[in-house]
Amino acid sequence: MKVAVFVKQIPDPTGVGRLDPETHLLVRGGAELVLDPGDANGVEAALRVVEANGGEVVAITMGGERAAEVLRKAMAMGAASAIHVADDRLRGSDALATARVLAAAVTRSGCELVVAGTESTDGYTGTVPAAVAELLGWPALTFAKALEVDSGTVRIHRQTPAGHDVVESSLPAVVTVTGAINEPRYPSLRGIMAAKSRPLELLSVDDLGIPPEEVGLAAAGQEVISAAPAPERTAGELIEDDGSAARRIADYLAELKVI
Amino acid sequence: MGLILVAAEVAEGSPTPLTLELVSHARTIGDEVAVVVMDPGADAILPALGAHGAARAYVGREPAYRDYLGQPAAHVVSSLVDRLQPSLVLFPGTQEGRDLAARVSARLRLPVLANAVDVTADGDAFLVRTAIFGATVEVLTRTRSRSPLVLIRPKSFTATATGAPPPATEELPLPAEAPLGARRLESVVVPSAGPGLEEARVVVSGGRGLQEAANFEVLEHLARQLGGAVGASRAVVDAGWVPYALQVGQTGRTVKPDVYIACGISGAMQHLVGMKGSSHIVAINKDPDAPIFKLSDLGVVGDALKVVPALIEELRARGLG
Repeated sequence: MKVAVFVKQIPDPTGVGRLDPETHLLVRGGAELVLDPGDANGVEAALRVVEANGGEVVAITMGGERAAEVLRKAMAMGAASAIHVADDRLRGSDALATARVLAAAVTRSGCELVVAGTESTDGYTGTVPAAVAELLGWPALTFAKALEVDSGTVRIHRQTPAGHDVVESSLPAVVTVTGAINEPRYPSLRGIMAAKSRPLELLSVDDLGIPPEEVGLAAAGQEVISAAPAPERTAGELIEDDGSAARRIADYLAELKVI
Repeated sequence: MGLILVAAEVAEGSPTPLTLELVSHARTIGDEVAVVVMDPGADAILPALGAHGAARAYVGREPAYRDYLGQPAAHVVSSLVDRLQPSLVLFPGTQEGRDLAARVSARLRLPVLANAVDVTADGDAFLVRTAIFGATVEVLTRTRSRSPLVLIRPKSFTATATGAPPPATEELPLPAEAPLGARRLESVVVPSAGPGLEEARVVVSGGRGLQEAANFEVLEHLARQLGGAVGASRAVVDAGWVPYALQVGQTGRTVKPDVYIACGISGAMQHLVGMKGSSHIVAINKDPDAPIFKLSDLGVVGDALKVVPALIEELRARGLG
């Protein structure tokens, strides 16, 4: 079976995110760009499915020229090929436009299972995978902390506030995974070398049959008026623990009448 | 402005607190509030929805709406949105709310805004405030579409009752052509003790700085002394130290206790968004540059594994178990 995995290049989440003051778009320059850590779990989950069932993984991304780096990383981990939708007209696309592009790429890839992170670590919108599923007419098994695929059936353990639900569907399907599902492998040196020669298909919105006027900033269903730092909480007292910190905390709790 | 449709959620026979927050807020910005409840237990919550301002209720009682993930409900809710043409649709920012809003967005080609913390009317559009980068940046967005779909974060609004009567209801049957999709076979509940995270006056949370799962026991001890609940960062939930039920943050719980005590948590954006509304924040972390100190009222640069046991002793000396 062919399994698609969505990957996204994001500014290193351990750094501080920043918006361009003019365009209000995420600044992608400056900070180091990395594979979204949540997507690394997705790649690992997809690889384990094909290792157990046979088949191959296709990594898919939408993004600028440099986004090809995360496709190479996914291939270094073990994906057989990649699709890169890169088109200047996609800049500023909202979640719906992104979902339309990714759904079209899945159709073109011929995959019958899509694996994605639950949400991106930069935007946190978290609606793209389920929207892709709806556009394809497929079920979406979301928030998976365990995933099993066996003879055409997908079964997950879906994280819930109270524990987990066991959820099942037949293929084709979309699955979103949480960080709890696995520990992503590191690319081996051999994998990194092999990734350089694996096929990477570059596509435009025209290739996907999507009208360009329906994507990008101008087509977004909302416009950003302002982006400003949230009202800051002011940092209070900062002390070094010299053995007396416990007493200071207890005094503070007493001041607050918690004890 | 106009009709506002709110997607309501049921938990154990009651509307979820977030549902009542949405209905209450919708009343302040809309001329009329309608709710859509896709759950076989819908009837039990109609009086409360009415009392908070819902004049009309569209009710899906079919078990399929609960037993199958998103797909059948989205099919029916999309038809309803298309028929009513509400000026705005509010969804709870929960797992189910997200899946439903995403599907309605795709079916009707309507924009969806996630992580909203405020919505106000602005002429014939709406201004939506969303929090990004762990709520360190607030973005103000103006909608420019009919029936925009907005996912609201918990505790953004206050629930207030008007005491109005139960809403007029209309049944939403499951059409034969609606797809079913992924089925919930079983729900596994992990039991927990003490007050719930969301209700507790004191939350004691742990992160990677606790070094291993077994060390969470000291947090439980401290939480017991303070009559509070234990929370955790996503890093340690993902590492399998504690169940997801304890996770505080973007994909976990949002808490606003009187006192939040962060132990060995550096303050990833993911985490901050779930706790920055706490009235008072105490943080203990080895790294003096940890982001958590930027919003703590009392910060201690030190090893949580030393400070927390010392605090337990100190509280015991002051007469707390």
